Amino acid sequence: MEHAETAGLRIVFSVWFGLLGLTVLEVILAYRQLPLQTMLTMLMFLSVIKAALIIAYFMHLRYEQASLFVTLIPALVFILIMMTAIFADSSRLAHMRSLVQ
Amino acid sequence: MASSVDSPISAATVHGDHDVTVWGGGASPYSIPSKKLGMWLFIVSDAITFSAVIFAYGYLRLAAADWPRPFVAASIGNATVMTFVLLSSSVAMVLAVRASGLGKVSGAVGWLVATALGGVVFDILHIHEWLGLIGEGVRPFHNPWGTPMFGAAFFTMTGLHMLHVTIGVVYLLVIAVGFGRRKFSATDVEVSGLYWHFVDLVWMFIFPLVYLLSAKTT
Repeated sequence: MEHAETAGLRIVFSVWFGLLGLTVLEVILAYRQLPLQTMLTMLMFLSVIKAALIIAYFMHLRYEQASLFVTLIPALVFILIMMTAIFADSSRLAHMRSLVQ
Repeated sequence: MASSVDSPISAATVHGDHDVTVWGGGASPYSIPSKKLGMWLFIVSDAITFSAVIFAYGYLRLAAADWPRPFVAASIGNATVMTFVLLSSSVAMVLAVRASGLGKVSGAVGWLVATALGGVVFDILHIHEWLGLIGEGVRPFHNPWGTPMFGAAFFTMTGLHMLHVTIGVVYLLVIAVGFGRRKFSATDVEVSGLYWHFVDLVWMFIFPLVYLLSAKTT
């Protein structure tokens, strides 16, 4: 029991340092001269990793029953993917604006 | 009818027979307290609220030709410190949940107060950032640099998040006092922890999308 606890704390602190490190990496990326789309993709990739670490270890979802994960997460991801449908209209708007100007 | 269903279920629950009990409604299919499941469901719905706001920001920014990038190095530094504070407060929250589970009341209360303090520091730093932008002339539908919707997107996203942090600080302090007086259980501490980690998680998206993608690089 005592041994399992210290291992748990070690994981928590590793995750903490990992999250701080990924944040520093993101800030460094922000000052690279990259195209906006490349930057957005890289930043979101890192943010999803950070979110997954928080959900899995801080929110403890990794240690819950798999049924809880299956109930909560896939439907949420599906909704987020569906929401991207609005971007087609957004680029249409940008195109129309460029025609007017 | 109800009584004839009730008794075999409660008997089966005691024996842990999942096949019988899950569909009977008498078991706990996720093996967590219902308060915790309630908080998880709230978090998923709140995640969709934040996503809608973030996608609206993406929509506006993609459609606009001249989205401002006003955040100077001092602002990015400030937001980075805010990120560190929030991440560290999450670790304090983990330690509060751990202490409450071990029955260490004063330890749990101390870590809960430390977590709430992190939230207060975050709020102060963020309000400082807001006042700086307002001082430069940023309003919801007007700013000195570019597309007028910048202010609306910035204040909505960061304001909704700041509201969550502020509610979280009050929530954690209520739980700290209640747990100290043995009025709340370790489960209540854990459930408040889920909320706090979620507020932390949302910032992991707002920080890069709002601040880093609008860093002033020239």
